[in-house]
Amino acid sequence: MEDGRPPVQSGGDARLSTDKGSEEDSARAKSAEYANMDPSSQNGVVIAFREVTYRFSTGTELLNNLNLQVHRGETLVLLGRSGSGKTTTLKLINDLVSPTSGEVQVEGRPTTKWDPIRLRRGIGYVIQDAGLFPHFSVERNISLVPTIEQWPADRIRQRVAELLQLVGLDSSLSTRYPRELSGGQRQRVGVARALAADPPILLMDEPFAALDPITRAELQQEFLSLQKRLQKTVVFVTHDLREALLLGTRIALMESGRLVTALPPDEFVKSSDPLVKQYLNAFGASNGKRGSA
Amino acid sequence: MNVFQFIVLNYNEVLRVTLEHLWMVVVSIFLAVVVGIPLGILITRWPGLDKPVLGTANIIQTIPSLALFGFLLPVPWIGARADRLAILALSLYALLPLIRNTYAGIKGVDRSVVEAGRGMGMTDRQLLFQVELPLALGVIIAGVRVATVICVGLATIAAAIGAGGLGEYIFRGLAMVNNQLILAGAIPAAALALLADVSLGWLERRLSPH
Repeated sequence: MEDGRPPVQSGGDARLSTDKGSEEDSARAKSAEYANMDPSSQNGVVIAFREVTYRFSTGTELLNNLNLQVHRGETLVLLGRSGSGKTTTLKLINDLVSPTSGEVQVEGRPTTKWDPIRLRRGIGYVIQDAGLFPHFSVERNISLVPTIEQWPADRIRQRVAELLQLVGLDSSLSTRYPRELSGGQRQRVGVARALAADPPILLMDEPFAALDPITRAELQQEFLSLQKRLQKTVVFVTHDLREALLLGTRIALMESGRLVTALPPDEFVKSSDPLVKQYLNAFGASNGKRGSA
Repeated sequence: MNVFQFIVLNYNEVLRVTLEHLWMVVVSIFLAVVVGIPLGILITRWPGLDKPVLGTANIIQTIPSLALFGFLLPVPWIGARADRLAILALSLYALLPLIRNTYAGIKGVDRSVVEAGRGMGMTDRQLLFQVELPLALGVIIAGVRVATVICVGLATIAAAIGAGGLGEYIFRGLAMVNNQLILAGAIPAAALALLADVSLGWLERRLSPH
């Protein structure tokens, strides 16, 4: 898809990418045409939470009656403090946790009805500090999903080269191990690995939180330009308001397992909701003291 | 006559009992690995199973070795030959370090790495063979190393039930109050233990991912 090539598909990804390939292309053409319009008015719903509650078996409630939709091609940022339920919300999408009640739909089908392996291979997953396999070289890390999807070896090699270029890494790094990379490089590899089989959906769990401010700003800018080209449906978890305002096409604020509001960034900063204001104030105050994102 | 003269003069016999000793240890460790590592993997998959399995292995470990030989004596087929009996007892002792280290090694793999793999659609089998076992290998080999050293030592007791090995010299020496004879059994046994420790330690470092 990137570089104007046709969608990369493997046999197994067919369900996620083939049957909506053409639809996706036309949606993309439209999104370029109506770039200024609210994405929700033109694109289909890719992920939908319907009255989702999630509790531990001990009874501790992490999510309460969550209703939320994610539209094709948007970057939805889940914003909130630690323990607000952002990461749980993300893990519900790729079925790493299952809802206690309610349902999460991906491409119109409840996650409980998906084969979890198929579902996950169609969703890129990037976590804090990348979660790279320490015993795999960069190349093997990136080619993880293509390898388990049994792509031919030359196609995997070609794909790895493309991805290294896409995330701005030198091809000479492909034989290195994660411990031999800087934090920023590791995170780039993490993004490349998530994009390897060209999944239409990308989940990112505080991917830049462990990086120094300068590297973080670099990677945020590259994420923006990458997302402009790839137009993935992205759900991005962060506690950093500035990151949310910069990267999100919509920001969903969460507090104690509930969704407070979901608004585009320009409306978010003007919101009169007390919890939103509290969040904005917290960052306004820390802004003067720390002066970094 | 000192112990080294004894060893040189009885070169053939010393070699025979050393090989007997080594044979008992190798077969026991092999059996313990074949049972212990899968059992260690199994209890990481079935959360309720870990405590009873580790507890049982722990209890076996506390049984004095002579008593264990005695317990196993009436068991059919096993009790019929001393070497079978010795090998079974040694395998039982080797079980605990193997189960425990396999379990701890897999549990010790960074959760975020496992979750990343699961989140990207790896099956349980792929996670086990491509991620968890390779990353736990160093700890598992450390278990084999501990088990081997324990078995080399314990195998000397097997001579008490007539299974042979270097223990023969030790028991004969004890009966005859002959320190040289005791040392003729103890020194090669200690050398075997050190050799196993050093070579498996080397393997452990080679196979550790970091």
